Amino acid sequence: MGAKSNELKVKEMSELNGIAAIWYREIKVFLREKSRIVASIVNPILWLLIFGGGLGASISISGINYQTFIYPGILIQAVLFSSIFFGVYIVWDRKIDFLKEVLVAPISRTSIFIGKIIGGATDSLIQSLILLFIGLILGKLGVIPGLHLGFIEIVTSLVVLFFTTTSMVSIGLIIGSRMESPEGFQLITSFLLFPIFFLSGALFPINKLPVWLASLTFIDPLTYSVDGLRSVILGASQFNLALDLCVITGFSIVVIIIGTFAFEKMKV
Amino acid sequence: MPVIETYELRKEYDGLVALESLNLQVEKGEIFGLLGPNGAGKTTTLMTLTTLIKPTRGTASVNGFDIVKQPSQVRKSIGIVFQDPSSDDILTGYENLKLHGMLYSMPASLREERIREVLELVDLADRKDDMVKKYSGGMRRRLEIARGLMHRPKILFLDEPTLGLDPQSRENIWKYIEDLSRQGQMSIIITTHYMEEVDRLCSRLAIIDKGVVVAMDTPASLKKIIGGEVVVMKINNPDVEAVRELNFVKKIEIKNELVYLTVEDAGQNLQQILHVAGKVDSVEIHSPTLNDVFLHFTGREIRENSPEGGWGQRVMNLRSKK
Repeated sequence: MGAKSNELKVKEMSELNGIAAIWYREIKVFLREKSRIVASIVNPILWLLIFGGGLGASISISGINYQTFIYPGILIQAVLFSSIFFGVYIVWDRKIDFLKEVLVAPISRTSIFIGKIIGGATDSLIQSLILLFIGLILGKLGVIPGLHLGFIEIVTSLVVLFFTTTSMVSIGLIIGSRMESPEGFQLITSFLLFPIFFLSGALFPINKLPVWLASLTFIDPLTYSVDGLRSVILGASQFNLALDLCVITGFSIVVIIIGTFAFEKMKV
Repeated sequence: MPVIETYELRKEYDGLVALESLNLQVEKGEIFGLLGPNGAGKTTTLMTLTTLIKPTRGTASVNGFDIVKQPSQVRKSIGIVFQDPSSDDILTGYENLKLHGMLYSMPASLREERIREVLELVDLADRKDDMVKKYSGGMRRRLEIARGLMHRPKILFLDEPTLGLDPQSRENIWKYIEDLSRQGQMSIIITTHYMEEVDRLCSRLAIIDKGVVVAMDTPASLKKIIGGEVVVMKINNPDVEAVRELNFVKKIEIKNELVYLTVEDAGQNLQQILHVAGKVDSVEIHSPTLNDVFLHFTGREIRENSPEGGWGQRVMNLRSKK
């Protein structure tokens, strides 16, 4: 009995070490590719300042400055794109044959998948944290009027963003596990990204939409991330925050389960 | 008990048969060669034995564990150096090894000790903090050999360990492999299509062709099967019948204007052969090589020139892709 539980412990430890190994590598690569970090910060800021500033000059939404209104949506957009694109690295791993080194190691494929999710989520959360600090400063400077980010807002935003990024990284990895070329990956994801993004209500309020469009936004899981983040940052939202969090975590769990199967079936 | 034993191992890819029905045994502590031309099924055999692909039929035991039923125990027992570079070139040599140690659950202190040890072994200690993309093809191969050894596997697989390397690097890698084997304990399986590699390193080998083992023995015993020396002559219109009548000529084979004879005491009997064979442009006598053995069993030669391109070429390809 004792020997048996000991053996189990060793097995668990080796899986945990495997997850840590994958994570270690993803972080090293992320920090080494500086251009990736810069690009992931610059694009959302352009959206916020130019698109938000441009449209915001003419409109405001229920009394909220338009730039302020889309700030949560832009954060979600940044996380959506970087999370899903993270899946392309599994395609690269296969291409440079590094995947073989990982697959031949004595850890389960579920652990490889989990390690990858944590790696991708860490990348996205570092990016989010930078964007939140930029939001904090822009709010304080009055560039984005009415945006007040404090410690509580930043922490709760990170919680919402964490569940968003885990589900989106999983989707990226599921697609990546099936693809043989980065080009193929890009083609599939671009078909997916834009509907998910536009239907999420990141750029417009979803309470006055015609029925056909409203129904589409309701089945987009990202809608609940945008709504949750708006609730946390602006205190204004369509749904109850508890409902948002339930949908986001529930969806995250479902795609992670699908992802573990996808990795189990993945070819070298 | 053999450390590796396969039982009618078969692998098909979408109806294409890569391994027909493979049976082989590798004994503990030996350097075992898998020799065969490109596409013979060597890499498929290795990928199956290392659990990276599942056999269509049959199975194998590796270090006493079944590759289909106990893949994770198999993976714990083995190390592998792949034919293509499989290190992450954005990481340094040291980081690649550290990552490997983590994947194999080595405690930090042991990991650091082994990293020092294997870097010393492959002469990369002074380059350990350089990114792998700055390594030459030979250095990268050495790093990956170091990586394969780091967790002290019972069985080490080397897939074409010197493919595409310059003669100097090849010589060095042969020396590492010999040293490793001399330390005992570890069994080493090498796939190659270089006969001199098998001659130099392997205690036993299996010749593989079209997914089956056509012969398995020591290099010396396999060469004995030829039963004499090999005489190769270039002749226009050879008088094959006259040659065949000579009783010391064991075998005649004609390929691409060349006549291959297996002859007893070729040195003494050459005169007589030349006398009857016709107008000879050139002649060559050699002791049987593994190529002759391969020719004997399959009727074809192992081609030296690989259409796949070497390791170095692949490193270049990868870089230009990035």
